Amino acid sequence: MAQKKGGKSAASDDPEELARTPLQAVLLADTFNLKFRPITLERPKVLLPLVNTPMIDYTLAWLESVGVEEVFLFCCAHAEQVKEYIGNSHWGQSHAGFSITTIESNFSMSAGDALRFIEGKNVIRGDFILITGDTISNMSLTEALQAHKDRRKKDPDTVMTMFVKRSKPMPLTHQTRLGNDEIMMAIDPETKQLLYYEDRFDCSKRAVTLDKSLLADNASLYLRTDLEDCCIDICSPEVLTIFLDNFDYQHLRRHFVKGLLHDDIMGKKIYTHEIDSSYTARVDNYRSYDTISKDIIQRWSFPLVPDVLYAGNRAQMRLQREGIYKAPDVTLSPSVRIGAFTAIGSGTIIGENSSVSNSVIGELCTIGRNVSIDGCYIWDSVTIEDGCRLSHSIVCDGVHLHTGATLEPGVILSFKVEVGQNITVPAYSKVSLLPQPSKQDSDEELEYADTNSGIIDSPSIASISPANIEHDHVSSFDTEQSVLLEGGLSGVGYIWTSCETGNEEEWRYSVAPIPVEKLKEFYAKMFDEDESSSDGEQTGITHSGELISESKSTDFDDSDGEYKGDVSKFEKEVEETFERALGGVAEENVQLEINSLRMSFNVTHAECAGAVFQSVIKSAIIASNSSKSNLLKATIDAIERSKGLLSYFITNVDEEIEVILKFEEMCMEITREFAPIFSSVLHQLYDKEVITEDAILKWESEKADADESDKVFVKQSEAFLKVFSHLNFSTGVSVLQRLYGAMTSLKLL
Amino acid sequence: MDPPMDFQVVVLAGGTSDKLSPLVSKELPKALLPVANKPLLSYPLELLEASNLKNIIVVVEGDEAATQVESWLSVAYMDRLNVEVVKTPGDVGTVGAIRAVAPFLISTDILIVSGDLVSDISPGAIAATHRRHGAAVTALFCPAPVSGGADSSTSGGKDKAKKPSRCNIVGLDPTRQFLLHVVSGAKVEKDIHIQKRIVRAVGQMEIRSDFMDAHVYAFKRTVLLDVLEKENLYSIKQDVLPYLVRTQLRSEISAKKENSADESSNGATKELPSEDININSAVPSNQNLRWLSQHREIAPSSYQDIHISDCDKNKSRLAKKTHKCCIYLSGKTQYCARLNSVQAFGDINRDMLGEASRITGYTFSAQNNVVHPTVVQGAKTTAGGQCIIAEGTILGDKCSVKRSVIGRHCRIGSNVKIVNSIVMNHITIEDNCTIQGSVISSNVQIQERASLKDCQVSAGYVITAGSEYKSEPLTKR
Repeated sequence: MAQKKGGKSAASDDPEELARTPLQAVLLADTFNLKFRPITLERPKVLLPLVNTPMIDYTLAWLESVGVEEVFLFCCAHAEQVKEYIGNSHWGQSHAGFSITTIESNFSMSAGDALRFIEGKNVIRGDFILITGDTISNMSLTEALQAHKDRRKKDPDTVMTMFVKRSKPMPLTHQTRLGNDEIMMAIDPETKQLLYYEDRFDCSKRAVTLDKSLLADNASLYLRTDLEDCCIDICSPEVLTIFLDNFDYQHLRRHFVKGLLHDDIMGKKIYTHEIDSSYTARVDNYRSYDTISKDIIQRWSFPLVPDVLYAGNRAQMRLQREGIYKAPDVTLSPSVRIGAFTAIGSGTIIGENSSVSNSVIGELCTIGRNVSIDGCYIWDSVTIEDGCRLSHSIVCDGVHLHTGATLEPGVILSFKVEVGQNITVPAYSKVSLLPQPSKQDSDEELEYADTNSGIIDSPSIASISPANIEHDHVSSFDTEQSVLLEGGLSGVGYIWTSCETGNEEEWRYSVAPIPVEKLKEFYAKMFDEDESSSDGEQTGITHSGELISESKSTDFDDSDGEYKGDVSKFEKEVEETFERALGGVAEENVQLEINSLRMSFNVTHAECAGAVFQSVIKSAIIASNSSKSNLLKATIDAIERSKGLLSYFITNVDEEIEVILKFEEMCMEITREFAPIFSSVLHQLYDKEVITEDAILKWESEKADADESDKVFVKQSEAFLKVFSHLNFSTGVSVLQRLYGAMTSLKLL
Repeated sequence: MDPPMDFQVVVLAGGTSDKLSPLVSKELPKALLPVANKPLLSYPLELLEASNLKNIIVVVEGDEAATQVESWLSVAYMDRLNVEVVKTPGDVGTVGAIRAVAPFLISTDILIVSGDLVSDISPGAIAATHRRHGAAVTALFCPAPVSGGADSSTSGGKDKAKKPSRCNIVGLDPTRQFLLHVVSGAKVEKDIHIQKRIVRAVGQMEIRSDFMDAHVYAFKRTVLLDVLEKENLYSIKQDVLPYLVRTQLRSEISAKKENSADESSNGATKELPSEDININSAVPSNQNLRWLSQHREIAPSSYQDIHISDCDKNKSRLAKKTHKCCIYLSGKTQYCARLNSVQAFGDINRDMLGEASRITGYTFSAQNNVVHPTVVQGAKTTAGGQCIIAEGTILGDKCSVKRSVIGRHCRIGSNVKIVNSIVMNHITIEDNCTIQGSVISSNVQIQERASLKDCQVSAGYVITAGSEYKSEPLTKR
């Protein structure tokens, strides 16, 4: 193609590279995720049609256009289908622009495994392009490839150049457009070196932490959230070796890129190349499928557009006005209304008074009368009977919709599903002839695992489905997999429950446009996040909004924050342990467990005592049913019950004071219901000999200099304290303490 | 000349800084320390006058220092500027200083300038930027000086090994107009935490560690007063500015501001425009508009419509909860330095003789020096390039002065070499002395054959004949 010489000249201009290696590419024809389930159970993702052409054709056409000479096609799931497709297409023929070699492995569970496998084949000789088979691009590689080679000459530690693209500026749209997560990258403005990478924006963390060494080495850097990862990389052969050395690297980005960035010892460097005007996108989920299809119809990906790129053996579609693509042999009844940006494949027949808009219809489809199709992707040989309404759905090959069926937005109908008469398929349902794999193998942990490979599924395909298909007509499925099309005369298929993403996230990845409410929710969430993020420890603002001077307390701020985090974690652990203890674990074991927790979290004895006490009090809340009298009683009971445990952990005055302070803190923050009965509980603690008078007096004197607001509980306990100091006096214990207490109370007045 | 802007200027002149010992004393507060024979404070004041900012409050630490500064001001600027001196006790920090003058602040915007700023950056431009954006705060940042070496500030980027010293870490938006993140003080050396939602709001944040806070801030008065109500603030640079920058997307001050704005509009004729109006009335460049749309209105317009129609209350609440923090970056050719150490004192004086001589206002002669006509030079005495010798000074025979500043009414004997040094007023230097790289305060007597290298001599000190000193501060016991 036009740019073909680009790659070649780039390589041959290089005088040092006398033994010129041909430009190689590794094409991963498997995405190692489940996002296109259930469709991918039956057909590999790379062969799914994107505006009536399999995705892999786009990728291969691009590779050809940039001058790649050798392509290694890695297949895993449905390898046979991929191989067969390549064998029959013109890519496999000798007149193609490159030689294509398929590498098949049934045991690879991730991109990392795939690359290790390829390394084992020993076929990569120089820099290569790493791309997945679902990437659409029309960019030129010349410049980036040259830059990569130049960098490698200067610094052999350069291992990879990642292509990135500026995304839409609005945060709301650039996340929702392709349904991807936001990516945060830090890039050196001059060298374009990638310094920090964070995908899957972790919402719980509201701040990015950049290591100090990053800024020590770079006077300036760009922190960007407005970039999309194109998922196309130029890799040095070392990349394969690195994967081999780090056998736990699975994901290209999450493990490999992050691993290299965190690794100071090897010093491998990754660079980015920002493309500006050309088009690149990856079909990662249904939403991006929708977006990219529209982009292709609107010709952003030129020359990879339907009327240019077509390798099928039927008549090619032609572009007409208003972005309508139509094959010449389409049969349309005169009353059919075709809206803008629609593609209709060869041999398709559409009946009277039907309307089609913003949709793609494949080949050899039969569409009846009064059908309305909006925003749908209808693949080949689909039969839609009269009066059906389809909006924003994906309908795979061979599906049959009986009269009057309705597809609500976001529906996915996998191969050969039938929907009965006048049935409405609810929004976001995924229907397949194959049952949903049982829960175990849809575990989230297996996200990288390739369950598509059929190892796990094939028995179920073989054994269950034929039986079920017969049963379908009477709608008798096993109970676990919910079934639809009840009442339908001839419904066939299972409704999948969404296991992977969870129902509430369904809208994000669906082909359907995002409902207004969801957008609002999303928008509100973004602000809520803002609101609630007082992010105390880093910014020096506490929840009450008061400001902590940074200039004075800088040195302690950070360490303190971390430390506090640990303590609260510790408290939680203790609480859990304690709850288990209530279930009847021997006291010694609980002591042992808490002690070991204390050591592993490295907290002080006093803090440990506080945590134990907190757990006791919390158990009292649960025991009481939130009435005040109950609460006091429950507290007394709880203290009585855990007396042994408390006295084990509360051994000296310091720890006792910590307990009182903890209790006070709880009364003010977490468990306000205790506030009115603070003094009674204190009294109880004293009676039960959990805490001694020394501690109470010390606590009182400690509080003497505190703010008025802090003294609420001291005042509440005043009566008790008075009695107490009197008692103290008569017994003659710690006269000094008492004196001190008296003095401070004088000061108070 | 432009009409005067509705800006009040607070100049923080400091007192007798420890960092500048032994050069400063009760008799000579920092503000009056001579730089190229002019009191330090005159530099910011001249600069402000040039921008027609004439409502100035000078805050001085300590009674005696205040008296000194006041008497100097009354002579020097009586008829030119509307200057008031306010004194504060020592060690209250910059925030304390502003608190002290808070009752006097009446205009819409307040410009706070450090009294030790030697620069040719127009404060008017900063004020204008501030107004244009309707910002809550605008801060001036300049490229950080390159650290290390005596001639550091002139060496630029010649030596690659010398990295600019890291004073601050700033986060800027792509147009470099807005301040999105700031780190100062001891935190600079730590890992930095950047709030994601601020990055998200702009898409791209440039983080730089080679800019320095030049201690010039324009504040909206209401914002400033609100912030001052908070406790635990000490320094504007380390507390107030980071606080405002951090909270720019969830402002706690704006709501209050609205009220106080109403109050002020009742009384005063000049109404403080609300933030939204300000955005519209500004005439930002295209890029700026784009940025604003991103930064201010997080949701794209179409979605926003939905939102407004539905959650009207919510929206208005959200809209109020932002304020803008702007940055004014000085150009590379502009000079900007703060005199906050003995090292800086030497550097700035040298810069005044060399690259930044335009700031001094002197006319350099053909020999590239400034010698007052009343100076008496003995036979074979040479005043080389980059020298300033003030009135009434008498130089003996065979003297040589290079790259130095000599103050008023000094008596310098024969065969004296003064290189790379600053000699203040009323100093006696006897015959055959050598002075290199040193700072000699006023009224010092240097007896014959003394040799000083890289020393700082405090006022009134007597250096005995024949003594030699190297790299020492010399103070009166």
